Amino acid sequence: MTTLLMITILVSVSIAVWQITKIFQVAQLNKKVDDSQVANEKDNDWNGKLMFAFLVFIYLITIYSFWEWGDVLLPEAASEHGVDYDRLMWISMALIFFVQIVTQALLHYFSYKYRGRKGLKALFYADNDRLEFIWTIIPVIVLAGLILYGLYAWSNIMNFEEDEDALVVELYAQQFNWKARYAGADNVLGDANVRFLQDYDGLNLVGIDSSDPNGLDDVVVQELHLPVGRKVIFKMRSQDVLHSAYMPHFRAQMNCVPGMITEFAFTPTITTEEMRQNPDMVAKVQKINKIRYDNSQELIANGEEALDSYQFDYLLLCNKICGASHYNMQMKIIVEEEKDFNSWMSQQTTFAEVIQ
Amino acid sequence: MGADAHHHKETFITKYIFSQDHKMISKQYLITGLIMGIVGIAMSLLFRLQLAWPEQPFGIFESTLGKWAPDGVMDPNVYLALVTIHGTIMVFFVLTAGLSGTFSNLLIPLQIGARDMASGFLNMVSYWLFFLSSVVMLASLFVEAGPAAAGWTIYPPLSALPQAQPGSGLGMTLWLVSMAIFIASSLLGSLNYIVTVINLRTKGMSMTRLPLTIWAFFVTAIIGVVSFPVLLSAALLLIMDRSFGTSFFLSDIFIQGEVLHYQGGSPVLFEHLFWFLGHPEVYIVLLPALGITSEVLATNARKPIFGYRAMVASILAIAFLSTIVWGHHMFISGMNPFLGSVFTFTTLLIAIPSAVKAFNYITTLWKGNLQLNPAMLFSIGLVSTFITGGLTGIILGDSTLDINVHDTYFVVAHFHLVMGISALYGLFAGVYHWFPKMFGRMLNKRLGYIHFWITAVCAYGVFFPMHFIGMAGLPRRYYTNTAFPYFDDLADINVVITIFALIAGAAQIVFLYNFIHSMFYGKPTVQNPWKSNTLEWTAPIKHFHGNWEGDIPEVHRWAYDYSKPGHKEDYVPQHIPLKKGEKELQH
Repeated sequence: MTTLLMITILVSVSIAVWQITKIFQVAQLNKKVDDSQVANEKDNDWNGKLMFAFLVFIYLITIYSFWEWGDVLLPEAASEHGVDYDRLMWISMALIFFVQIVTQALLHYFSYKYRGRKGLKALFYADNDRLEFIWTIIPVIVLAGLILYGLYAWSNIMNFEEDEDALVVELYAQQFNWKARYAGADNVLGDANVRFLQDYDGLNLVGIDSSDPNGLDDVVVQELHLPVGRKVIFKMRSQDVLHSAYMPHFRAQMNCVPGMITEFAFTPTITTEEMRQNPDMVAKVQKINKIRYDNSQELIANGEEALDSYQFDYLLLCNKICGASHYNMQMKIIVEEEKDFNSWMSQQTTFAEVIQ
Repeated sequence: MGADAHHHKETFITKYIFSQDHKMISKQYLITGLIMGIVGIAMSLLFRLQLAWPEQPFGIFESTLGKWAPDGVMDPNVYLALVTIHGTIMVFFVLTAGLSGTFSNLLIPLQIGARDMASGFLNMVSYWLFFLSSVVMLASLFVEAGPAAAGWTIYPPLSALPQAQPGSGLGMTLWLVSMAIFIASSLLGSLNYIVTVINLRTKGMSMTRLPLTIWAFFVTAIIGVVSFPVLLSAALLLIMDRSFGTSFFLSDIFIQGEVLHYQGGSPVLFEHLFWFLGHPEVYIVLLPALGITSEVLATNARKPIFGYRAMVASILAIAFLSTIVWGHHMFISGMNPFLGSVFTFTTLLIAIPSAVKAFNYITTLWKGNLQLNPAMLFSIGLVSTFITGGLTGIILGDSTLDINVHDTYFVVAHFHLVMGISALYGLFAGVYHWFPKMFGRMLNKRLGYIHFWITAVCAYGVFFPMHFIGMAGLPRRYYTNTAFPYFDDLADINVVITIFALIAGAAQIVFLYNFIHSMFYGKPTVQNPWKSNTLEWTAPIKHFHGNWEGDIPEVHRWAYDYSKPGHKEDYVPQHIPLKKGEKELQH
């Protein structure tokens, strides 16, 4: 029914278009010469000046944004490669801002400076091979540098070695939560597949193959604990749709793809406790709690519950659209000293214990 | 074929509905595109309200979304549907068909000196397929479980499994059907453009004398023919997976308490197929806008476009590179990291021709005599947003840096500026510039200025702050950010963005009013209102099928003899023969 309605509407729109065209043709008959809708000297003048004002506007919005919101940019990197990442990011940013400031200035200044005047003729200037060579070769050189640096960093991040010391953790994604599986004492994850999910009355949370001995000491948890200073190799899986494991503080992200295992590795360098003491983070948390306090006052006035006060924690977010509750698919990450990690781990139940 | 051959008797239906006249088809494309644009932009305003004031009741939600906004609060599934359809409509229906369809149709025959497209019939079929696909897409908004909601990239398995979200039922089927029809339309259109440009140029119109608009449309059509069929194959395979139980993109899935039978497929394959079109699509959207800008800038600067050869070369370079960079959308998809390196390399190469274009535009303005008509303002605005948006591509195209900003608002800011706003500015520049050619009347310039300046300020107001929330780590496609207290300090930025978006939306009403009002009551145009060199301004104001009475004008020079020394006027149209001793530029 609604489809029919839509078709009717669209047909009537087309008829309206036809009628409009028809009316236009009738109106064509009594035409007179009129260039009042072409820009004249006055229009050129005020629009040219506005072009200059617009340049000032672009600069101001840039300065204002950095002044007001600069503190939200890239929080301190909490992983080893994150420091390299940030360096490359700020180099690229500096370059971008330099080019942006210069080119926007030229564009808008020329638009202002050469605003049209009556009786003036433009310069007939169609080509200059040398100039064009220059502004082809400069981007080539600059980009070559960026590409080399980027590729060097990329291969360092992505080509990690599976050394003995590294901690192997599986991140397991499903609509709409995360689970983590630790490889246990043998540091080898047992085989797993979604076909095993229904075994053991749903207690087999990530579908471990119970016939694989490597899996028996695996530990499945809902909160990710990582020891500081030790490389973690993540193996990502998803049981339903695409998800993406995004850990912004560690400059880490990888999609979780049903039917395959994807990988990412990093070494956390700052514990959760240390990060909470970080002056920038303290200021940020204070700011957030001020906002939450103000919002709570409003909620209380409306007879609703106040918001909890906020304490910093590292986050794992889902960053690939995955359905209705995509916006709330998260897991807390706790980075702690090795001994704290070990004592936490010893309290967890292994897969063998779960299925007994 | 002479003009007479085209002067067969036209009935109401053949002239206005199933017209084979490229000028009428161009108007049909424009008006359908504008209607789709209104829908697409209105949707973005709805979800911007939700983002600024999450989970607040709004009367407008109740009246527009009905049962999907119980008590006026938007449902998360509808939020995703709005984002999805906004993206689909803006990218394909407005900026591909609305922009390229309108101006390729209007300008290719008129600027190369042809009486019509090579096949008027295919051209007509192309429009009506586009119309049909628009109807199917709009109809999908009204199905029981809602329209497609898996994002405009419709990655499976989310888009393949009705269990995964309500929008992946009938809504997604209609989305796929609509796109399949759309692709057929686009292919027919593109083939026609290519054949027309190659075969139907008037005497003297060598390839090196083509206006840059035509170069851009021509190359765009080639990219379309190369890449759209791949999306069609992806869509067909997805339909197979959805309806016939095949496993092209699906494997090892457990959903709603059930293990599904799919084995051995890979969603990454879909991503490859999708982006094989998806990335060239960016240039399918952008190149026509750049072509229009080249023409409008040169005409209004009263100067030759600077570096014609370099401009053509960069269009060709961009077109070639655009087909080998798709993987930069997939750096963290799980594909081999080595492939990521290759795509980083090719992607950053694209910055070179893009930079050449930007510098050439700026140099075209230098020492010009700028006639700041509304079309000219939009073209300058395009260069500005093209630079601002393009520069952040250096970050996103770098696989390393992409890791942390991938799928955040940083990406949203980047592509909206570089292809969304830029292409929209191109569309507006084209409409302001060629409205007299299309409708025989002028748009009101004062309303045009108001439209431009409000839009220009708001475009930066909306998208500049998005870089900040993106670099703070805020993912896109989140219904609300309140689930993460960590992002609470970004809430006020989202309010600022939404306010700018609402003002920008209001400014478009000024444009629509101007457009409709001027069609009826605008000042009648003169023959060549912008004193332009190209051939379309030699055709009579009153349209008839065949474009020129009598012979088609012959071309004697390139399109950019503006302010050429030795001529009294500051423009020399292409059909004016060279004076004795006058040299044509070597280009």
